[in-house]
Parts: sequence; structure tokens; C-alpha cells
Amino acid sequence: MEIKVIKDIMGANDQIARKNRQLFDSNKVFVVNVMASPGAGKTSVIMETIKRLRGKTGVGVVEGDISSSLDAEAISKEDVPVVQINTGGECHLDANMTAIALGDLPLKDIDLLLIENVGNLVCPAEFALGENIKVLIASTPEGDDKPFKYPLMFHEADAVLINKVDLLPYLKFDVDAFARTIQGINREVKIFPVSCTTGEGIEEWVSWLLGRMGEK
Amino acid sequence: MHELAITQSMLDLVLKQAGEAKAEKVGKINLVLGEMTGVVGRCVQFYFDFLSKGTPAEGAALDFKVIPTTARCRDCAKEFELGEFDWTCPHCQSNNMEIIGGKELFVESIEVE
Ligand SMILES: Nc1nc2c(ncn2[C@@H]2O[C@H](COP(=O)(O)OP(=O)(O)O)[C@@H](O)[C@H]2O)c(=O)[nH]1
Ligand SMILES: [Mg+2]
Ligand SMILES: [Zn+2]
Repeated sequence: MEIKVIKDIMGANDQIARKNRQLFDSNKVFVVNVMASPGAGKTSVIMETIKRLRGKTGVGVVEGDISSSLDAEAISKEDVPVVQINTGGECHLDANMTAIALGDLPLKDIDLLLIENVGNLVCPAEFALGENIKVLIASTPEGDDKPFKYPLMFHEADAVLINKVDLLPYLKFDVDAFARTIQGINREVKIFPVSCTTGEGIEEWVSWLLGRMGEK
Repeated sequence: MHELAITQSMLDLVLKQAGEAKAEKVGKINLVLGEMTGVVGRCVQFYFDFLSKGTPAEGAALDFKVIPTTARCRDCAKEFELGEFDWTCPHCQSNNMEIIGGKELFVESIEVE
């Protein structure tokens, strides 16, 4: 006997993600899922964002890097609440791991929660966490052909930060072509060339982020 | 990689459906897999053989219907498959398109006894 099913395999994760979202909404927390390859600059962007918002916005951080708790320690020096998720070897965060981490965060004091996903451009795209927006960080040394290799990630992103633009003079990386490729399949995406080293572009990214938070 | 979590999720879903139908054995699972998801059928099969041991789905055949990454041109409205390193419309060279296929990841049907 054949049974028609037509059910999304990610349904169970999505259901938990929706519950997380309700919890975020009821605590007025705006949530950003930060995704990138290892070393692209997720932690650096999070640190720069915290610095710009100090005294203005309550920021919290979830660290999903599997390698160690080094990033979480660096961020806790910025004096913001941070929880480390141990993914147990998984290559991505999922909604359930996020739900567990939320218990350790003072959601009432947080306006903006930045979630550093595991460094990986394939798997995290599939797993909703309950975030309001997805932000992808692509760094210039990784090359400008990344969208072709990881189309889903670039298709789903609300914003793409092109990080390490201070290195452009030494690299073959065509910023305009890269942006055009992404915008071709993702009309709504915002693209910010930034450098965490020189601070270039960070202001633009942060003011866009504040704008998105205000719209909610 | 993420195939482990996805396979577990798929198996849970299949066992629930089979249970509701009071089936004793799942013979076949028909899956639809979009190319953009990056999910590798061989990996799903590998994890499935391991995870399904001792369940009514043990030994079930997996069938993968793979959906290519497909777009509709926003300028000439024609549909086409995205090239590997070339995302322009083959009909009018526009690079303004809407993705209409390739994100699928679902169980279409199961065959049970
Ligand atoms: N030159 C340059 N290096 C950067 C920039 N942003 C981050 N880095 C460096 O890149 C490395 C990885 O950054 P990190 O934020 O830890 O990446 P993550 O693995 O994505 O969290 C570190 O050595 C950073 O100092 C940048 O804008 N320019
Ligand atoms: Mg990091
Ligand atoms: Zn066209």
C-alpha cells in the first residue's frame, strides 16, 4: 500500500524554530543568524557590532562554534551576556540546541541577539533557529565564486557582508560582479562591503540593522 | 554532515506515518531532494541503514527524485536550469531571476505492508 505523505523533512525543526520565535517576540528580542565559513569573520563582525551599539542597545550572543569556547571568552570580555552551544560535533546549530541555550540568557535585557552559527556554508542554511534575519559573511580571500558553490545560503540571506575588503589590493576579487551574482537570484538582499580591521562599512551595516530592528 | 540530522528527521516522520497506518513494515520511501539543499543521497542512504536498524523501516528502499536548481527569468519569463558557474538566462542573457526549484526536501510517499 502506498501512503501519500508530502511532508517537509525539516518540519520538526521548523516547529521548534517557530516556538523560539514566539519567545523572542514576546521578549522583544530581534535575532540574527550569522553564518559563514570558518575564519570569514563572524566573531569579528559580532565584536564590531557590539562596540557600535554599546550603551544604545542590549546585545546578547550565542556562540555555536564547535572548535572551542575561545570566541565565547573573547566576547564575554565585551561585557555582554553570551552562551556557548556545544553542538556535539554537528556541523550546524538547530532550533532545539538554540531553545536549550535560551534558558541561560537574560532575554528581558536583550534587544538584539546575535547567533554565531557553526563555520560552514552548506548545512546551517537548512536549519531555521527562530531568527528574524539571516546574515552571511563572505570574506574576500575566499574568492568571488562562493555564490555558485553555495547557492542556497546566498539565496536565503537577508544581508551579505563582504568582509576583509582591506585585503582587496592583494586579491582577485570583483566586488561588483560578486554583488551582481547574488542580487541576480536574491532581489531583496542588502550587500555591505566591510572591514573589521579598518572599520570601513561597519557603520552602514549597523545602521541598516537598527533600521530592521525598528521595523519589527 | 547535515545528512545525519536530516535522515533522523526523515526516519521519525516515516515511522510516525507508518504507525498511523498501522503498517508493520515500510518497503520503500520516496523522497524529493532539491539540488540546492546540498543533501547527498548516498549519505542519507548510509545513515538510514544505520538509524533504521530494529525499526519497521529497516531494509526499506530509498528512492530519490532530484530536482535541479531552476529559475524563471524576470525579464523574458522563460524557465531554465542554473549553470554551474553561469547564472544568466540562456534566452535573453538577463541575470535577474527568481529561483523556482531546487530547495525541495520532503517525503512524497511511503510504501508499507
Ligand atoms: N585583514 C582582515 N582580517 C580580518 C578581518 N576580519 C577578521 N579578520 C581576521 O580573520 C581571522 C578570523 O576571524 P574570526 O572573526 O575569528 O572568524 P570566524 O571564524 O568567522 O568567527 C582573525 O584572525 C581576524 O583577525 C578584516 O576585516 N580584515
Ligand atoms: Mg568565530
Ligand atoms: Zn530571459
